[in-house]
Amino acid sequence: MTTAIAVRPQPSMRFRGRSFMAFVLAPAAPIASWLAELDKWIRTSPDFFVGRPIILDLAGIPLDESGISQLISILGERGIRVMGLEGVEGNQLGPSLPPLLKGGRPTAGGEAVERASGDPPKGAPTPHQRQEPSSLLLESPIRSGQSVIFPYGDITVLGSVSSGAEVVAGGSIHVYGTLRGRAMAGSMGNARARIFCSRNEAELISIDGYYRTAEEMDASLRCRPAQCWLEDRVLAIAALD
Amino acid sequence: MAKVLVVTSGKGGVGKTTSTAALGAALAQTGQKVAVVDFDVGLRNLDLVMGAERRVVFDLINVVQGVAKLSQALIRDKRVETLWLLPASQTRDKDALTEHGVGSVIKEMRAKFDWVICDSPAGIERGATLAMRFADAAVIVTNPEVSSVRDSDRIIGLLDSKTEKAEMGQRVEKHILITRYDAQRAARGEMLNIEDVLDILSTPLLGIIPESEEVLKASNVGSPVTLNNAMSAPARAYHDAARRLNGADVPMTIPTDRKRLFDKLFGRRAA
Repeated sequence: MTTAIAVRPQPSMRFRGRSFMAFVLAPAAPIASWLAELDKWIRTSPDFFVGRPIILDLAGIPLDESGISQLISILGERGIRVMGLEGVEGNQLGPSLPPLLKGGRPTAGGEAVERASGDPPKGAPTPHQRQEPSSLLLESPIRSGQSVIFPYGDITVLGSVSSGAEVVAGGSIHVYGTLRGRAMAGSMGNARARIFCSRNEAELISIDGYYRTAEEMDASLRCRPAQCWLEDRVLAIAALD
Repeated sequence: MAKVLVVTSGKGGVGKTTSTAALGAALAQTGQKVAVVDFDVGLRNLDLVMGAERRVVFDLINVVQGVAKLSQALIRDKRVETLWLLPASQTRDKDALTEHGVGSVIKEMRAKFDWVICDSPAGIERGATLAMRFADAAVIVTNPEVSSVRDSDRIIGLLDSKTEKAEMGQRVEKHILITRYDAQRAARGEMLNIEDVLDILSTPLLGIIPESEEVLKASNVGSPVTLNNAMSAPARAYHDAARRLNGADVPMTIPTDRKRLFDKLFGRRAA
């Protein structure tokens, strides 16, 4: 008896990065007067928190797990949905609480809050759009355990990227030393991003979520200059010498 | 001005304690005042290698917590009179170290010594981060094999970000010390070669210590290898490394116990 087995190409899983602007609420002790202040704020701008991602920074008030969940439900009654926590020890959080977030960076978001609170002052110069830099230049080697994430454009590394380090760029990645760690280009969904390195010993390369590990790379492409790009949703690697 | 030097590696068993004792003794033999500090709280070993285990009364934790004065805890070496040991506590764990306490002990030692050499525990946790926290310079002890090299790379990253100097925008002076180097195995290609190690770590080389039974012999009798048999290959290599730490320009050689074997000369200069 023969059995037919349908052999399907293994679907590859894609991981994509997205960044969102979240507002951080930092309650201060005493909590009752902070809540009163918050209520006052909500009365003047009732829709302010609707549909906004909110992070709760608990560094200012020591709360245990039940205290945190109580605070979250109090905020929930006011229409504030907390998507993550900051400023607490991870081990004091149970599975019912929002996850602990790390590595947040301050943004110009605070200005938005000020604008929302009242009319913009008349005659004030219009804040001109700040030009985000579209490339990041790193002059020192990226060491094992370090992670460089630059979602806004290209990353250029003058040194090497060590084994166990990772470089994640929204655009392309250029490594003038040896790429021994991981490089993920086009992480925000850019299929035209590429990876270039003067010597390819990468543990993993990925473009727009399509990836290839060292084991899946042709041995003839290792230890030499290489570039990687995405061709019809297949990750292509070619030697540059 | 005193120099605080951390001897670190990330990986365990590569020779941090041996190197701390050997470099400390070699520097002290030049007449400079040297203190070696054991940061491996709970797993202390430096007292054994220094042969001072029977003279420990107070330790680093006692000084950090203000139970004892620094002068009470320091143990003077019997062989080299400018060499001192500040032992770790064996009964406590690394959580007993506080940044503030360690900082004030190091500050006090800076005033008394030319060199303060901190023997870091393995790992990247509290003991290791506090050992490097106040360092001016670092010796990263590396064996010529991949896991040790990767861990060293991680430590270099921490030295560049988590030390007080790095946070003030300055650089911790970093040196690679390759230990347990076996010239014959390297010639057979069974070890990473030194060029590759230095290429991966892109940090200047302080010295190459050959694998030798002299190291084990010395630690069994409780003596830094540089004092136990000053003419042995590892002792000569450590003495050269100590001279380079003092700023001397010493050509990079790998001493061998057997004289007829090639003394391989490297065109490389030390840091």
